[in-house]
Amino acid sequence: MLQTADGKLPLDVSFTIEKGQFLAIYGNSGTGKTTLLRILAGLTQAEKTHIEVANEVWDNSQNKIHLSVQNRSIGFVFQDYALFPNLTVKENLEFALQKNDNTQIVSELIELMELQSLQNSKPQNLSGGQKQRVALARAIVRKPKILLLDEPLSALDDEMRFKLQDYILKIHQKYQLTTVMITHSIPEIFKLSDKVIILDKGKILKEGTPSEVFSEEKISSKFKLTGEIISITKSDIIYIIQVFSGNNIIKVVATENEIKDFKIGQKVLVASKAFNPIIQVLS
Amino acid sequence: MIDLDPLWLTAKLAFITTLILLLMAIPLCYWLAYSRFRFKAVIEAIISLPLVLPPSVLGFYLLIAFSPENAFGKFLSDYFDLRLVFTFQGLILASVLYSLPFMVNPILSGLKNLPTTLQEASFTLGKSRFSTILKIILPNIRPSLLTGIIMTFAHTVGEFGVVLMVGGSIPKETKVVSIAIYEEVESMNYDNANVYAGILFVFSFSILLAVHLINNKRKTALY
Repeated sequence: MLQTADGKLPLDVSFTIEKGQFLAIYGNSGTGKTTLLRILAGLTQAEKTHIEVANEVWDNSQNKIHLSVQNRSIGFVFQDYALFPNLTVKENLEFALQKNDNTQIVSELIELMELQSLQNSKPQNLSGGQKQRVALARAIVRKPKILLLDEPLSALDDEMRFKLQDYILKIHQKYQLTTVMITHSIPEIFKLSDKVIILDKGKILKEGTPSEVFSEEKISSKFKLTGEIISITKSDIIYIIQVFSGNNIIKVVATENEIKDFKIGQKVLVASKAFNPIIQVLS
Repeated sequence: MIDLDPLWLTAKLAFITTLILLLMAIPLCYWLAYSRFRFKAVIEAIISLPLVLPPSVLGFYLLIAFSPENAFGKFLSDYFDLRLVFTFQGLILASVLYSLPFMVNPILSGLKNLPTTLQEASFTLGKSRFSTILKIILPNIRPSLLTGIIMTFAHTVGEFGVVLMVGGSIPKETKVVSIAIYEEVESMNYDNANVYAGILFVFSFSILLAVHLINNKRKTALY
């Protein structure tokens, strides 16, 4: 059961991931993405579950099997990173070592994630992107079978995001992980994942490769952008409206009749069908 | 010259009480902070009761309970040969109950302010509950632990009502400084009372100063 703004909602999903796959989970907030990830990790117990990983049963409510979090071969990256404030970067990684583990992996990960200069710093002195890299490295120390990422990049700016996507891809490939990542960003899904699940109100709405899933509404001959009008200028008999969207300024042509509806500062939608842009006011 | 026994007895009582409470409060607070027990509020209210209850009320009930005339006291005396009325052991038990909120409240609020993901992260890294508490949770609430220890120690030193009810005033057994002051005043030895009072005054002030210094440091140190 999910506790959402609309009351209780059943979380009812079933899916399989191939070994080595990169699965993205996409959906609005409150649809059960994080709960799903926590159930996989064993942090949340559900009423009826069956989770099997490489022929090993992790959860089976019928036979009352519930493998503890500690015994699941997982790496979990939390949304708030959850770095231990009392330990340095290096100690955070070393904490994840088990009794007879080779300590080599810690220095290897520090190098791979380019944390050499930060290894003796405490987490509270790091930037968001740096914390993220430490959290990612720490989750890999145990060489888990499955890496679970709960919106790891949502708090970062675009530049940092792109860089960290590369880090994630790098470790996913190097350590032959099976990765499950929650994300809100469609470009991120295309860049990283082989498979995507869209969750809606606790159910799987769509599932498949990113291009299969997003082909209909998101990518078509039509594009849509939202932005803000920054200027309206007259040029001969037509008007040119400048719309600021993302980091771009788009110029759209409008007739005198059309511009009556537009004001500077208004939020607008710019859509194009077959090279014929349409511009309309957002309510 | 004042008798030094009450000072020594007070220090011993405060030290033992603080130690017992620290060992008790850590598991208790951990349970209160993380469990979903339905009647948690009731337990928290009971723990905080000594904050508002007149010490003489608590002392009175303990006196009744400990008395060998009654079931609980008789049980202790028959099976464990333990007498809690007018003994040092009785004082320790009374102090533990009376100072409970002073240890529990800071530790509990420290735990509640700690993000739960820290504990979960430790679990996902394969660490047991015990090693998580020892290596992650306790080090990250160190200021709260220190506040709890200092406040408990100071509060035990300052006890009067409960001690008087349960312990009476037996030299070298239950006559602590606060009782000694009262008795010196009763017998008009103002000079001695003054020395005892001065020592407690300076002590209490230093303790509070230490707590505030720790708390100010915490604000700058964490996050």
